[in-house]
Amino acid sequence: MTLASTIQQLCFLVLAAVVVVGALGVVLLPNIVYSAFLLGGVFLGVAGLYLLLNASFVAAAQILVYVGAVNVLILFAIMLVNKKETLAVIPGLLLRRLLSGGVCAGLFVLLLRVAFTTHWALPGPLPVGEEATIRIGEHLFSDYLLPFELASVLLLMAMIGAIVLARRDVYSSDVITGEPVDQGLIEKTRTPLLLDPSANAGGQPLLETTP
Amino acid sequence: METTALVSSGLDLQASFVDALQGLGLSPGAARLLWLPLPMVTVLVAAVVGVLVNVWLERKISAAVQQRIGPEYAGPLGVLQPMADGLKLVFKEDIIPARADGLLFTLGPVLVLVPVILSWLVVPFGQNLLISNVGVGIFLWISLSSIQPIGLLMSGYSSNNKYSLLGGLRAAAQSISYEIPLALAVLAIVMMSNSLSTVDIVNQQNGAGILSWNIWRQPVGFVIFWICALAECERLPFDLPEAEEELVAGYQTEYSGMKFALFYLGSYINLVLSALLVSVLYLGGWGFPVPVEWLAGWLGQSVDAPVVQVITATTGIVMTVLKAYLLVFFAILLRWTVPRVRIDQLLDLGWKFLLPIALVNLLVTAALKLAFPMAFGG
Repeated sequence: MTLASTIQQLCFLVLAAVVVVGALGVVLLPNIVYSAFLLGGVFLGVAGLYLLLNASFVAAAQILVYVGAVNVLILFAIMLVNKKETLAVIPGLLLRRLLSGGVCAGLFVLLLRVAFTTHWALPGPLPVGEEATIRIGEHLFSDYLLPFELASVLLLMAMIGAIVLARRDVYSSDVITGEPVDQGLIEKTRTPLLLDPSANAGGQPLLETTP
Repeated sequence: METTALVSSGLDLQASFVDALQGLGLSPGAARLLWLPLPMVTVLVAAVVGVLVNVWLERKISAAVQQRIGPEYAGPLGVLQPMADGLKLVFKEDIIPARADGLLFTLGPVLVLVPVILSWLVVPFGQNLLISNVGVGIFLWISLSSIQPIGLLMSGYSSNNKYSLLGGLRAAAQSISYEIPLALAVLAIVMMSNSLSTVDIVNQQNGAGILSWNIWRQPVGFVIFWICALAECERLPFDLPEAEEELVAGYQTEYSGMKFALFYLGSYINLVLSALLVSVLYLGGWGFPVPVEWLAGWLGQSVDAPVVQVITATTGIVMTVLKAYLLVFFAILLRWTVPRVRIDQLLDLGWKFLLPIALVNLLVTAALKLAFPMAFGG
């Protein structure tokens, strides 16, 4: 094994670990802000995998679209649109978790079986390297024109929907429940540093009285 | 650096270095491995020195605009003042607020700085004088600069301070809004050069010296790009994320010591980088106003002669840096001439003015390219 292929193996293992561990973190972490930041890390890891496969244009596009746009918008949504609501205890939470865990495990086993039974070492087309950008452009404007245009229609629909939802002068109350919408910034809970936190049993903040 | 362009390859330090080491009995792979860190370290040092120069310029020019003298005692003309600033930041206590989120608080500034430094990968100072001639060149810079808002949001959120949070949100909103017209302006250039690579973009502009620079063919694109670049760097007409009157210091409020220095370094490296990229995209990059090939021809010298190659490379570096610092000078002057815009004006300018104009510019460029393929890249 040469130095180059060793380094490639190593890079692949590190990137794969980042993607898998990061994805698990996104799902399992209780703090949604951490999940969102980790999602950015996962996207970056995937971009690194593309780079390892000599698809530099796809890697750059992945970073631009997923990290730069999607993930930032998710963070925006988390930090701006934060309805303060108390989470009610869901009945049968353990059973639900077991069921969804079972479904996920089944899917995982299925994917593993496919991964191990498929013959992957197919002779593909020759790698095109830097020509890939031109080739992608040609495909987008010839045989993949319809999916490309449909994707843009989908984005247009999403944009119109977002504008309708965001126009607060029209919808000052929640569309589903009819409650007035409370737009507060997400902030960490503030307890004064030098006071005994156990004295704050009434649930009222001690110093901060403004919402 | 596998340039197969038809133009003369110019000074190729990598090839010379590898050849020299092979002469000493090293294998080609080992010689290449020894070469790899050299350009990276050089560019990193250049970027940091560029920041020191930039800070000094900012202090001196700001002082001159306000009819003051500015730093004077630290070295001749105060040139050591930026070093003093840097040292002060290094030795300051590094404070993490008690209720802040320590991990994200530390990671935020790093995420802001790293993409900016990575983007120096594609800045060419000559035909072969860049770290790597990546095929996706300028697109890589656009996508890397889109990582920055995440770092800003991260530091804004983790500071546990409402001014920080608002500053971070503003920074991210501003960054996203101005990225789109910026990318469209770059797209018009790419369309004319038929390549995303920064080296190709410069080569396409250097046919007839100053006359063939992209600024004459893309005046609107130039203005759009410069405005957006200033907005991305959070320079003064657009420094809303850290507007002192409204937000204390925005996402930087809680930062001190080295972590603050990372933001500081990041913003200045970004300014120099943007200026360099404007000069690459619109002002002919390393090109001399009169092509060096012509000059060599008039003097009866071969372009491939070693002395001429060294002179060409030196002129290239000097020209790139000169153009970039001219733009930095304009940015500093703008800082003291233009008042800060309001946040709604900022977003209006980005979405309702620059975006349509950039789209029209792109369409007009495409039409001109079809109509006059000779002058617009065919």
